[in-house]
Amino acid sequence: MSAAKGSYYLPDPSPWPVVTSVGLFFLALGFIFLINSVDGGQWLMLAGVLTIVYMMIRWFGQVIRESEGGAYDDQVDRSFRWSMSWFIFSEIMFFAAFFGALFYARQFAGPWLDNTELLWPGFDFNWPSAGPEGPAAATPSTPPAGPNQFSPMGAWGIPAINTAILLSSGFTVTMAHWGIQKDNRGQLVTWLFLTIVLAIVFVGLQAYEYVHAYTELGLTLGTGIYGATFFMLTGFHGFHVTVGTIMLSVILGRSIKGHFTSGHHFGFEGVAWYWHFVDVVWLGLFIFVYWL
Amino acid sequence: MATAAAHHEEHPGGLTRWLFTTNHKDIGTLYLWFAFIMFFVGGAMAMVIRAELFQPGMQMVEPHFFNQMTTVHALVMIFGGVMPAFVGLANWQIPMMIGAPDMALPRMNNWSFWLLPPAATLLIMSLFMPGGGPAAGWTIYPPLSTQGGMGMDFAILTIHMLGFSSILGSMNIIATILNMRAPGMTLMKMPLFVWTWLITAFLLLAAIPVLAGAVTMLLTDRHFGTSFFDAAGGGDPVMFQHVFWFFGHPEVYILVLPAFGVFSQIIPTFARKPLFGYSSMVFATATIAFLSFIVWAHHMYTVGMPMAGELFFMYSTMLIAVPTGVKVFNWIATMWRGSMTFETPMLYAIAGVFLFTIGGLSGLMLAITPADFQYHDTYFVVAHFHYVIFAGSVLALMGAAYFWLPKWTGHMYNERLGKLHFWLTTISFNVTFFPQHFLGLAGMPRRIPDYALQFTEFNQISSIGAFVLGLSQLLFLYIVVQTIKGGKQATDRVWEGAEGLEWTVPSPAPYHTFATAPQVK
Repeated sequence: MSAAKGSYYLPDPSPWPVVTSVGLFFLALGFIFLINSVDGGQWLMLAGVLTIVYMMIRWFGQVIRESEGGAYDDQVDRSFRWSMSWFIFSEIMFFAAFFGALFYARQFAGPWLDNTELLWPGFDFNWPSAGPEGPAAATPSTPPAGPNQFSPMGAWGIPAINTAILLSSGFTVTMAHWGIQKDNRGQLVTWLFLTIVLAIVFVGLQAYEYVHAYTELGLTLGTGIYGATFFMLTGFHGFHVTVGTIMLSVILGRSIKGHFTSGHHFGFEGVAWYWHFVDVVWLGLFIFVYWL
Repeated sequence: MATAAAHHEEHPGGLTRWLFTTNHKDIGTLYLWFAFIMFFVGGAMAMVIRAELFQPGMQMVEPHFFNQMTTVHALVMIFGGVMPAFVGLANWQIPMMIGAPDMALPRMNNWSFWLLPPAATLLIMSLFMPGGGPAAGWTIYPPLSTQGGMGMDFAILTIHMLGFSSILGSMNIIATILNMRAPGMTLMKMPLFVWTWLITAFLLLAAIPVLAGAVTMLLTDRHFGTSFFDAAGGGDPVMFQHVFWFFGHPEVYILVLPAFGVFSQIIPTFARKPLFGYSSMVFATATIAFLSFIVWAHHMYTVGMPMAGELFFMYSTMLIAVPTGVKVFNWIATMWRGSMTFETPMLYAIAGVFLFTIGGLSGLMLAITPADFQYHDTYFVVAHFHYVIFAGSVLALMGAAYFWLPKWTGHMYNERLGKLHFWLTTISFNVTFFPQHFLGLAGMPRRIPDYALQFTEFNQISSIGAFVLGLSQLLFLYIVVQTIKGGKQATDRVWEGAEGLEWTVPSPAPYHTFATAPQVK
């Protein structure tokens, strides 16, 4: 870097953004082919995913080297903070679309279907509902009696345990943060490791719950509006938790290698913010999807 | 500032310069050229539409292809033309206007741009797939959009990629404006173009993810058996309209707020007076942005909403006229008793304000629920939104190009040709779209390839206007290329009345500007 550019770090030209876009193009094209039964879709997707994974290792690797090399001053750090916080805001708005769909279906669409006698006379709307032509709801979390029934997911089994797990992980990641603030490497690594363990347990329990739903409860993505909102919301949340877990693991690896100092650790904080975001979204899920 | 000239022009040559660049001016140029190409692609589709509508009956294309043209024309113009063009202006101008060395996150800036060409490729590819491209209108309402071939899936993935580009771009613009201003450049000293972009970036961050959610639900309804928009499963097709327009109405302001910023830069320059009511402009912009989130259902009056909903959305929509009126008043007051001259950018700004106001007033007519029952889905709506988006956004973009081209290229454009382009564009624009008001009020529906005989004359006038409008843009291309290649050397200040940091650097602006932040008094 030429010093004449001033103190703000301006990176040299980089090939990684274009590589990412090429990877995304093949991922998208392959996905379209796959869902439309066009041959070769899965291979295009694989090529896209491999390109993106390779890019992430190289691009993020470069950012990590720059960060550890002291290229980022306080002003660059503030740029990261602004952009990460507004990225999380956009993620919240993404979930808001699905929460909106859930509220709309429960508060408006369902009662309207109930009140009109033109479409499905005699249809009574009670949440959970799979709609006038979907299966009827049985007792939550117990296998349904007949084939034309489904069981919604109850709140006080695994979901309640998962709530406790995610809230605890919010606590453990904060303990890790206090560790780095005191330059206490042992505290940072230990609590970060505990956070990842909790995250993996959470994802495992969610996977178990999905298998349970599909094999025993008759609850699938196709189970009317209940199944659609349930799996869309919990599915995208689970995806975000998985991504967050990968991010935490990278941060753990960097912490073990001795990265970060008490005054310079936005890599850690960005991931912690993201983790609190998936935590808060889960609370919304627990209340509105499982409980009420 | 002059220190940054000449000896820091280092950058890789050839194609890699453009593929790998982290320079805001290079990326701005890429955005602007991409948008220009997309304007011609989308414009060609508009020519197909107007050729088919030149006379009643079916003569040029199949109805299904006509529907693909209206759909893809809109998607290309909105997501490929206007939005990237304004991001291109933001890239070029915001760092220079606030005294920053570059955008806050230069590599991400490159990625925001390079997401666009693959996305546009997907959209254009869809037209060649079995079943053709998306044909459900740009609003892709189910149940029509849950049927049909894989063209719709192409459109959905295109929207995802373009949306992701917009989100990244917005994060970058916000970080740049909030964190990269030169010392002394307080928020309330920022040029209005910067202010409007700051607010637009927030709109994008709040609206685009909701569109992503809407099209994701559409995708799972199409391929994974969900029932979001299917009443048999307890869903509701109207729900899509709500989610879509929660994005769609702010999107209208995403397209037009940066145009307001451009008007607010150009008009004071050529009226040689400071902008009238600067702070009221800022607050009016913020108010419009806020209101844009609580008016969405005015696009759906005829869908069968409860009366309370119809009334709420009618009144909230009409409220937008207040801050918009503040802006129009301020622009006029800025010109009042100014030492006005009428170079091409000023002509575009004045015409933009005047014609946009016509679009705003027809919007007020559409906002009135009982009246909208008559106008809904007619050509009146087509006329309205072209008066808003073409006369507001596109005329502002053209004005901005003439305004800043001397700064970007170091050459003055040909003033005579610029004025000729202006008169051709604005006259043919009005010839194209003004008759569509009458067609709509007389009951001609939109998105229809054929029409009743009594609509023939106005349609023919409209088509002739459209062909002239389309051809005139070749002149614009010629002027831009001519200005890049040569022309009278531009001064640093360029315009006699120009105020602001970007006019203190040489023309053309050096590759790196403000490596050392200037002091703003």
